[in-house]
Amino acid sequence: MLTLPRTVHDQMVAHCLVGLPDEACGRLGGDLATGTAVTCYPTRNLAASAKLYTVDPKEHLRADRDAEGSGNSIIGVFHSHTHTEAYPSPTDVAQAPDPSWHYVLVSLRDTEPMVRSYRIVEGVIEEEPVRLLAR
Amino acid sequence: MPVQVNLPTVLRPHAGGERTIAVEGETVGQVLNALVARYPGMSGQVIDDTGALHKFVNIYINDDDVRYLSGVDTPVGATDELSILPAVAGGAFAAGVHHQR
Repeated sequence: MLTLPRTVHDQMVAHCLVGLPDEACGRLGGDLATGTAVTCYPTRNLAASAKLYTVDPKEHLRADRDAEGSGNSIIGVFHSHTHTEAYPSPTDVAQAPDPSWHYVLVSLRDTEPMVRSYRIVEGVIEEEPVRLLAR
Repeated sequence: MPVQVNLPTVLRPHAGGERTIAVEGETVGQVLNALVARYPGMSGQVIDDTGALHKFVNIYINDDDVRYLSGVDTPVGATDELSILPAVAGGAFAAGVHHQR
């Protein structure tokens, strides 16, 4: 299960909306053991594409240092799908580097953004519940 | 002189859960090869068969991506920190065409 404070959820969705028409991406910092996000790190999509994303490596390093420096870890990655559902694509699965991460998809296909989260372990996708905290 | 190497979460299980390891080497390539020699579980995850940096890994010396320096030949010193992070990429690409669910 991924636990998302409302502030982190809203920051993530806002970053995805601002990134239109391209896909947007970012990292989530938090507690790996409990799957609780505490910080949203919006990052630049170096691919600048509506169909692909590449997290800016420098911003990734900065996010990693900030998370580790505050006693947390990077616990996941989020990105938007602008015209498709919030489900990992074959590209997402092929390039999922860490089985301990939460892979969050924000679909902007419909009027209301849809947030879903997955674990991807050795190419196998498993959806997990997302629990929203009030703050 | 040993260099401090910061490991990403995905590689820590191969190093007994450590976040940071001190590894000897004078270049990025030497440090990474020494790291893999010490923790063979990392084999093929940092350096590829040809001795080049793995395609899906980013290596930094302090704040700089070594791909924009001299790659595996980038010199390192005792005051440098070498950080390994997975490259994070993906995207909808062909997602609308076919899914295996």
